[in-house]
Amino acid sequence: MTSVLLQNAVFGLLLGGLYGLGAVGLSLVFGVLAVLNVAHGELIMLGGYVSVWLFTLWRVDPFVSALVAGPVLFLVGAVLFRLFFRRLVSFAEDDRIKTSILIGFGLALVVQTLAILAWGADERAVTPPYAGTVMTMGTVVVPLSRLGALGLAFLVLGGVHLFLTRTRVGTALRATADDEQGAVLVGIPIGTAYLRAFALGSALAGVAGALVSVSDAVSPAIGLHWTLKALIVIVLGGMGNIFGTFMAGLFLGLAESTSGFLLGNAYREVVGLMLFLLVLSIRPRGLLTRS
Amino acid sequence: MTGRRAWLLIALGLGVLAALPLLSTGSVLTWGFQVLLYVALAQSWNVLGGFGGQVSLGHAAFFGLGAVVTRMMWLSGHPLGVALSAGMVAATVAGVLIGAPTLRLRGPYFAIGTLAVAEILRITVSNVFPEVSTLSAPALASYALAPRYLLALMAAALSTLVAWMLTQTRFGYGLAVVRDDEAVAEAVGVNAFRHKLAVFVLSSALAGLTGGVFGYYHVSFYPQFAFSPLWTFDALLITFFGGTGTVWGPPLAAAVYLLFREVLALRLVELHVLVFGILFVLVVLAFPGGLLAAWRALSAGRVRQTHRS
Repeated sequence: MTSVLLQNAVFGLLLGGLYGLGAVGLSLVFGVLAVLNVAHGELIMLGGYVSVWLFTLWRVDPFVSALVAGPVLFLVGAVLFRLFFRRLVSFAEDDRIKTSILIGFGLALVVQTLAILAWGADERAVTPPYAGTVMTMGTVVVPLSRLGALGLAFLVLGGVHLFLTRTRVGTALRATADDEQGAVLVGIPIGTAYLRAFALGSALAGVAGALVSVSDAVSPAIGLHWTLKALIVIVLGGMGNIFGTFMAGLFLGLAESTSGFLLGNAYREVVGLMLFLLVLSIRPRGLLTRS
Repeated sequence: MTGRRAWLLIALGLGVLAALPLLSTGSVLTWGFQVLLYVALAQSWNVLGGFGGQVSLGHAAFFGLGAVVTRMMWLSGHPLGVALSAGMVAATVAGVLIGAPTLRLRGPYFAIGTLAVAEILRITVSNVFPEVSTLSAPALASYALAPRYLLALMAAALSTLVAWMLTQTRFGYGLAVVRDDEAVAEAVGVNAFRHKLAVFVLSSALAGLTGGVFGYYHVSFYPQFAFSPLWTFDALLITFFGGTGTVWGPPLAAAVYLLFREVLALRLVELHVLVFGILFVLVVLAFPGGLLAAWRALSAGRVRQTHRS
């Protein structure tokens, strides 16, 4: 019993790391732009396909692909911002959030359909030679590739944290998140800050997607799943704190795996959504309000 | 157009639509059914999202409840009227239970919260009823499209009537104030929460009825399919394309949407989603009023030009 619980907890934490990484980009974009990009999961899906294609064509290791998917999705994000989200900047904050949900929703449909047209609706997987290797600790089994994904997720988040706190560009992003008008007054070009934040958020989705491909199948339809996870995580974890978001991701993974064990796997997905509604019903504006 | 002429035209249109089963069968009637089903679906969302200004992403939950409850009652031998009413009642009750807490959420959380509720229902239904629901052999032998079509026509007409009523009644005016500015609404004595809840329940009931028609129509489907977020997405696409908060925008857009789907489906299955997804984003960014407003703006421009010349 204890060892089964422990095993479940390990799997939950390994999955939760991906939830956390998947949510950080969304949280960053929401924090800086007050734009809720519900096509975030589709960007994760695209990151997954970068990894799938690099592996299928040239047997590139998915961990290397993750470092390629980041820059690729950075560019995709920059283009999406220029084409669509830039127009929202002049909107009042409430209108901006509402309209951004609608645009993200339309984009999600478009990106998903394009992916089906380009690559078909099939599920694809990446199978590096070490795919089945596990590490055994007592009675607990830890798949090495998933552990590696968690490690890389943690490293990337550490890098983003350093970027936001130790560089001028990062500080400008945080200033814009804290107080838009103040940022304008001290001479921060907020148009550029918006572009950078959106592209960086997309890049994080790309990295997350490539890491998802290490352990999960990739298909055009996975976007909504990852968007929902990211939304749950940022509501649970609060906003603006990268490690808070990451911890919330771990917590969600743990809660899912434990409840999956107690209630049956069929209901594990419901638990996260229940937690989400519970938090919202206590704090109707969510834990992540910009104040 | 004067009032009486408009009513005559509408009555004439309804008459022609109701006579369609006499004139044609097969693919045209099936297409007609689909259009009317989507008119009812989009209009039921429009009542809440367009007239009420509450962008719900959980609409599929009520459509699904109506479909599954109606289907079960009907297949277990109850008269169709009873089954449809039961589906509608289930969706109405769910509307109260889901609307009351989610309408207290602010900003984007209402949209996301309703999506979460709908997903919870979808997953639960897929766990509890994993089996595909197929009509029995005798039911299949006596299957006729015409009554399904007429039911869809009824649902489409009813939901459009409700939308029209919102442009005419005191409740509708109150709702418009709530949509535009809740603080102003409260200041002039309109209870914002009550108006929002009432329209949420109204919208749920209409979605439940539409779902019931779907449950009666389909030969075989997985119960969870009726809860798919696609139903919400289609309703949103159509409503925004036609014009949110307009009476005739969604019916017009539903016909265009299904025409696109029919034509494009011959080439590639999902192409219509691509076309409409792009149109949707453009409409949201450039023409927040939708097809109708764009057309009115264009024709108003033309009128102004003729006056000048």
